[in-house]
Amino acid sequence: MIVPNARNITEDEYFFGHKACAGCGGSLAVRIALKVLGERAVAVLPAGCMSAVGFNFPQLCFGNNAMISTFAGTASMMTGVEAGLRARGISDFQIVGFAGDGGTADIGIQALSGAIDRNDDIIYICYDNEAYMNTGTQKSSLTPFGASTTTTPVTGRVKGNTHEKKNMFEIVAAHGIPYAATASIGYLEDYMRKVRKASEIRGTKYIHVLAPCPTGWGVDSDETIDLARAAVDCGLWPLAEYENGVFHINREIKDLDGIRSYVRGQKRFRHLKDSDLEHIEKMRDLRWEGINKTWIKN
Amino acid sequence: MTRFFISGNEAFAHGIRLARPEVISAYPITPQTIVVERLSEMVGSGVLNSEFIHVESEHSALSCVIGASATGVRTFTATSSQGLLYMAECLPYAAGGRFPIVMMNANRSTALPWNIYGDQRDSLSQLDCGWIQVYAQDAQESLDLALMSYRISENCDVSTPFMINLDGFHLTHTYEPVDIPDQDQADAFLPEYSTENRIDFDNPKNLCFSAGPEYNTIFKIGEHIGIQNSRKEILETEESFAKLFGRRYTGLIEKYLCEDAEFVIITLGSISGLCKNVTESMRKKGIRAGVIRIRYMRPFPHKEISVAVSGAKSVCVLEKDISFGYAGTVFINVCAALHNEGVCVPTLNRIGGLGGKDITENDIQKIFLDMVEGKKDIAFIGVEGVNI
Repeated sequence: MIVPNARNITEDEYFFGHKACAGCGGSLAVRIALKVLGERAVAVLPAGCMSAVGFNFPQLCFGNNAMISTFAGTASMMTGVEAGLRARGISDFQIVGFAGDGGTADIGIQALSGAIDRNDDIIYICYDNEAYMNTGTQKSSLTPFGASTTTTPVTGRVKGNTHEKKNMFEIVAAHGIPYAATASIGYLEDYMRKVRKASEIRGTKYIHVLAPCPTGWGVDSDETIDLARAAVDCGLWPLAEYENGVFHINREIKDLDGIRSYVRGQKRFRHLKDSDLEHIEKMRDLRWEGINKTWIKN
Repeated sequence: MTRFFISGNEAFAHGIRLARPEVISAYPITPQTIVVERLSEMVGSGVLNSEFIHVESEHSALSCVIGASATGVRTFTATSSQGLLYMAECLPYAAGGRFPIVMMNANRSTALPWNIYGDQRDSLSQLDCGWIQVYAQDAQESLDLALMSYRISENCDVSTPFMINLDGFHLTHTYEPVDIPDQDQADAFLPEYSTENRIDFDNPKNLCFSAGPEYNTIFKIGEHIGIQNSRKEILETEESFAKLFGRRYTGLIEKYLCEDAEFVIITLGSISGLCKNVTESMRKKGIRAGVIRIRYMRPFPHKEISVAVSGAKSVCVLEKDISFGYAGTVFINVCAALHNEGVCVPTLNRIGGLGGKDITENDIQKIFLDMVEGKKDIAFIGVEGVNI
C-alpha cells in the first residue's frame, strides 16, 4: 500500500464550492477521503452538514457521483448502490458514506448494523462533530459528557450533557466487521492511511473520524486542527484500528495532563467545574486501563 | 403460457420474476411474506438472476432499492400495513428522485388495534406521496400488473414509482387458476430498462439534492406531470399487453353494467367481484344497478368516473378505509371529481371491511336499496346505530 501523504495525494478536488463554515472539520474529512478514494468513489450522504452545504440545486458541489440519502438510510442506500452497480457489471468502484454523529450513532445505527451484518462492500465514514450541528447544536449520543448544547443547556440544575459519549467504534467492532478505525482530522496522514486501507479491504469498513466544529464548539475557525490533535493527545479520542478480531492502538497518550487545556478553550465546556474535569479524567483513565490490557500497540 | 392453480402472492411473484428485476430488497411482513419467499427461492435456484438483499427494516428495504435504482437498474420490494407506514419517509423520496421502483403492498389494516387482516387504510393513507397506485381484483390481474407496472413507470415521460395493491388474504392467500406467460413472451413485452437518471462514471452526477423555495415548485410540477403522463402510457401498455397475451384491461377504471345504470357502486380491489355478482341479481329484480371498479387511484380517474355516472340517479362509494374526522378517502376523491366535472349526482359513502370484517352479499344488496331509497349519508356497513 502506498501511504498517502501531503506530497503524493492527488491534486484532484471532488468536493469544492460548498457552503461549509470556515474551519469546518467535516468538510475536510470529506474532501480528504475523496482525494484518497478518487473518481470511482460514489458518495452517499444523509441529512447533515455535508449534504446541506454541498447539494443546493443548482450549486452541486461533488465532482464525483454523489447522492443524499434519507437520514436513517445512509447504509441501506449504500447497500443498494453497491448492489446496483454490481448488477450492471461495473467493478472498480468504492461506495463511501459520510454521515455525522447523529446520522450514525442515533437514527442511522439500525441501517449501519444491517449493512455490517450483511458485510456489504462499503466504506462508512462517520464525521463526528459531537452534536447535531446542521440543526443548530443539539445533543446527539456522541456528544461528550459535560458539553452544553441547545438541548443540554447549562441551567440552574443541570450543567450540560449528563451522559457519556456512546462508544460507536467498539459497537461496530462487536459486529465482527472486517475493518474499523478511529481517526482525527488533526492527524490527517493517519486518516488518509486508514481510508486507503479501507478501500483495499472487501466487506464493510467503518472509519470514525473526529471533526471539530468551530461554530458548535465555540472556538475560533483556525483552531480546528489543533483541537482535533489535542483530543487525541490528551487521551479522549484514541486512534485505533480493529482488524481480524483484534484491536490495535495506533498512538499512545502524548499529553496525559492535556484534558484541561483541551477543554478550557471551548465555550461548550466553559461551565465545567474541577469536579467535572476530574470525572472526565477518571472515565478516560478507565478506558485506557482497558485499552492497555487488551489492545495491541503499534 | 402455462396455467397453474396458485395464490395471488404466488402469481404476483411470477410476474416479478418475468420482469427480471436486478435488485430486490425485502423485509417480511404478513400477508406479504409469500411474495418475497417465492422470489428468494427463485433467486436461490437460479431461475431469477437478481441481487436479493435481506434488509433489517422496511425503511431500509425502500432506501436500498432507491440506491439501486439510482444506478439505473430495475428494482423491486414489497410490504404491507405498518411496514408501508414505516417506510413512509422513503415514499416521497423515491417519487421526488423520479425512480421507477415497483413495490407490491399487501393491503392490511393499520394499528391500533393490532390486526393482520385486510383493509385499505395503509395504501390510501399514502395517496399523496407521488406514486402511481393500482388495486388488483384477482390473481391473474396481479401477475399482469407486475409485468405492466415496469413498462409504465419506466417510460421516460413517466419515471414514477409504482405501488401495486393486493387485498391482504382475500387476494394474497386465495388460490385461482392463473396463466403464467413464458419468459420470451415477457421479454418481448418488457424491454430492458434504460435511463439517464443514474450514477455514471463518465459523466458524474449529484442525485437526490436539495432545492430551496426558488426551484422546489419546478421539481414538484415535474413529478405531477410524470403521473399525469402515465394516463396515456397505461392505456398504450394495456393495448400492447392485449395484443401479446390476449387479456384486455380497461384503463383507470373498469365499468360493469354501467351503460344504462341508475344506481352505481364505486369500489376498488377484490370486493369488486362480489359487487358485480350482486349487481346481476339486482338487475334481475328490475333495479338498474352497475359497478365501477377503480383500478388506479393515482393517477385519479376523475373524468372517467364522471362520464360513467353522469346519467345515474345515485352513486355509492364502498371502501375499506376511513379518513378519520370526515369520510372514506375514495369518497372524498370521487366527490371532488364529480363536483369539478359538473356532474350532480347524489352520493353516499359506505365504509366496511375494516380489519378484515366480511362484506357480505346482503351488505351490498342493502347499499343498492339505500340508493334506491334516496339516501345520501355516510355510514359504516354491518354496524347498526352509528352515524357519521
